[in-house]
Amino acid sequence: MPFGNTHNEMKLKFTSEQEYPDLSKHNNHMAKVLTPAMYEGLRSKQTPSGFTLDDVIQTGIDNPGHPFIMTVGCVAGDEETYEVFKELLDPVIEDRHGGYKPSDKHKTDLNPDNLKGGDDLDPNYVLSSRVRTGRSVRGFCLPPHCSRGERRAVEKLSIEALASLSGDLNGKYYALKNMTDAEQQQLIDDHFLFDKPVSPLLLASGMGRDWPDARGIWHNDNKTFLVWVNEEDHLRVISMQKGGNMKEVFNRFCTGLTKIETLFKERGHAFMWNEHLGYVLTCPSNLGTGLRAGVHVKLPNMSKHAKFEDVLKRLRLQKRGTGGVDTAAVGGVFDISNADRLGFSEVELVQMMVDGIKLLIEMEKKLEKGQSIDDLIPAQK
Amino acid sequence: MANSFTRLISGRNTAVLLASLGAGTMATGYLLSENSSLAAEAKKMLYPPSSDFPDLRKHNNCMASALTPAIYARLRDKVTPNNWTLDQCIQTGVDNPGHPFIKTVGCVAGDEETYEVFAELFDPIIKDRHNGYDPRTMTHPTDLDASKITHGVFDDNYVLSSRVRTGRSIRGLSLPPACSRAERREVERVVVTALAGLKEDLAGRYYSLGEMTEREQQQLIDDHFLFDKPVSPLLTCAFMARDWPDARGIWHNNEKTFLIWVNEEDHTRVISMEKGGNMKRVFERFCRGLKQVEHLIQERGWEFMWNEHLGYVLTCPSNLGTGLRAGVHVRLPKLSKDQRFSKILDNLRLQKRGTGGVDTAATGDTFDISNNDRLGKSEVELVQLVVDGVNYLIECEKRLERGQDIKVPAPIAQFRK
Repeated sequence: MPFGNTHNEMKLKFTSEQEYPDLSKHNNHMAKVLTPAMYEGLRSKQTPSGFTLDDVIQTGIDNPGHPFIMTVGCVAGDEETYEVFKELLDPVIEDRHGGYKPSDKHKTDLNPDNLKGGDDLDPNYVLSSRVRTGRSVRGFCLPPHCSRGERRAVEKLSIEALASLSGDLNGKYYALKNMTDAEQQQLIDDHFLFDKPVSPLLLASGMGRDWPDARGIWHNDNKTFLVWVNEEDHLRVISMQKGGNMKEVFNRFCTGLTKIETLFKERGHAFMWNEHLGYVLTCPSNLGTGLRAGVHVKLPNMSKHAKFEDVLKRLRLQKRGTGGVDTAAVGGVFDISNADRLGFSEVELVQMMVDGIKLLIEMEKKLEKGQSIDDLIPAQK
Repeated sequence: MANSFTRLISGRNTAVLLASLGAGTMATGYLLSENSSLAAEAKKMLYPPSSDFPDLRKHNNCMASALTPAIYARLRDKVTPNNWTLDQCIQTGVDNPGHPFIKTVGCVAGDEETYEVFAELFDPIIKDRHNGYDPRTMTHPTDLDASKITHGVFDDNYVLSSRVRTGRSIRGLSLPPACSRAERREVERVVVTALAGLKEDLAGRYYSLGEMTEREQQQLIDDHFLFDKPVSPLLTCAFMARDWPDARGIWHNNEKTFLIWVNEEDHTRVISMEKGGNMKRVFERFCRGLKQVEHLIQERGWEFMWNEHLGYVLTCPSNLGTGLRAGVHVRLPKLSKDQRFSKILDNLRLQKRGTGGVDTAATGDTFDISNNDRLGKSEVELVQLVVDGVNYLIECEKRLERGQDIKVPAPIAQFRK
């Protein structure tokens, strides 16, 4: 690959109007923000690695809209995307992240001691607890744009760094392309295995190329700390366990992340981070903390209550089915997690989630007894 | 820091600098440079072709059979005049290791020049796929004179429908894997304008995929004309579904016997079809329609992609030459159960598919039977081959009905050398 997008030069022969995408049936953040004038101004630009405007927005053109969630509709191909195409991405970020301005600063706080409580979520309701985030390795293109050589370099670095983890974090790497049938089955049974993306949101952005080359899963022997390599981001880091001890999950999350960051730095590689956008990831929706902290929780009564959606909104929480972002809930069990990513620190987000879940369970218990929950409705956070 | 570095050394000879300072650390600095050509140079040094060579050990397609690290190293940094690259050609073959029954091609062209710039890879693939045809030394015959076809009307008791299809690309515009939205819209404009000039039994109408009404859509589905967004990963991994349904559409004549798909896998797919066994008439309409469309686009200064070695140039190397698939839906209840059926088809240079198309299996006793070959034989030769072959199959079926035995025919020769 000639590492540059001279293909873009060819398109400039045509006028901006001739190239402008038809977004008349679209409902995503990119389609809301992009205008013909903006397209004209940005179409001749590219990042140093050759990522262009059309590359940024292709997934949003190919996927007009999602029935459950307003999708972002654009991706970054490298760290510089957020700078070169800020005219488009700043308003997308502002719209997606509750009014976050280009001048705002994002706070990072991965000190688990700052979390109050969280070790006592009622296990009769909370089935499991999980925290995930992503990290990108500075100097390499992101999954939509990376070459095979770069992707393999990211994998190699990750394997080396993770191999140095010890104690509770001692573990093993399973390359997707080499795993045995037995290993694969075990990873599926543990709910760890990620497979080639089927979501057109991801495929249309180029993230599925060369699958399964340089993709893999690392997890610790205790199966409570898991790292995905080269899926939607360079690294996805997940801490999880059954039951409601979110504090323990978050402790392990912070400890593990900090160790991994140190190990990468020792090898001359920082994570992509800046004081405006926090941790830089492929999808603008994951900027800042990239953090989704959530539980699988039984709320059969609460979920049927007319005010359920409103309460979630006030608590700054979102619901999903237990199969993940593209699923609906089954049997009154919901995946409830923080809605925000940027503009709040990691500790703040986990705190909001923990406090919110406690309240929801309290409401569930009241509804079970046939009592009203009106006096428990919280103010908007 | 990267910016000040760039300013410091601006005006120096990049290559000398990189060499003297060692590629590693310097290159990392250059990667952060705003100057994209410096960054590109740095990347090439950090990532030699060997680091990018795809892992094809589990692959079974023509591209994987032909691509070597040496070929990849020579071709990786080349571009066509439209700046299409080797990695883009082969992406579909890397992403789709292979079909157990059918050896897929595993690469596509982004433009006409692909076949020349990347000839070192495409020539052996063409040879592999097209029975040893060598584009360097051989020429492909084009013949669209339907009057030459003999015995081209089949027994309607056996043949349910007859169909001929091909593709055509508009010279000067990139192919579906590579085209920009503006180019794709230009293809649509050129083709739709030309088709509006067709008259009499060929007069018809265009239905844009993005703008058709629900009723029009249902009618096209009922007529088995509607094509939808590709779901096959062979196509989606080759970037052909981008911007769907922008600039895609279907044109057909009022009689519903001549149909053109715009901007699906090729710029155009041209189809002539009708119920029953009159393959001669189907082919006659096919040739007449194609010639008229060609004339209409030439009036406006456009032409089809064609050359004497590759014939008509299309997106997939498997469709080079004639791009022609002539076939019938035919009932062969007894013959299909005979164990010699496959061998007979092979020798007649025919293939069977289910009646739902290439990715389907046959249901019941009705098969889609068509020519295997595309390149090295002319349109007339291929259609005659299908005509003779299908007549032979029907003859076998009748003999089996009468309790008589059948013979496996001698294999048909491949193209003249």
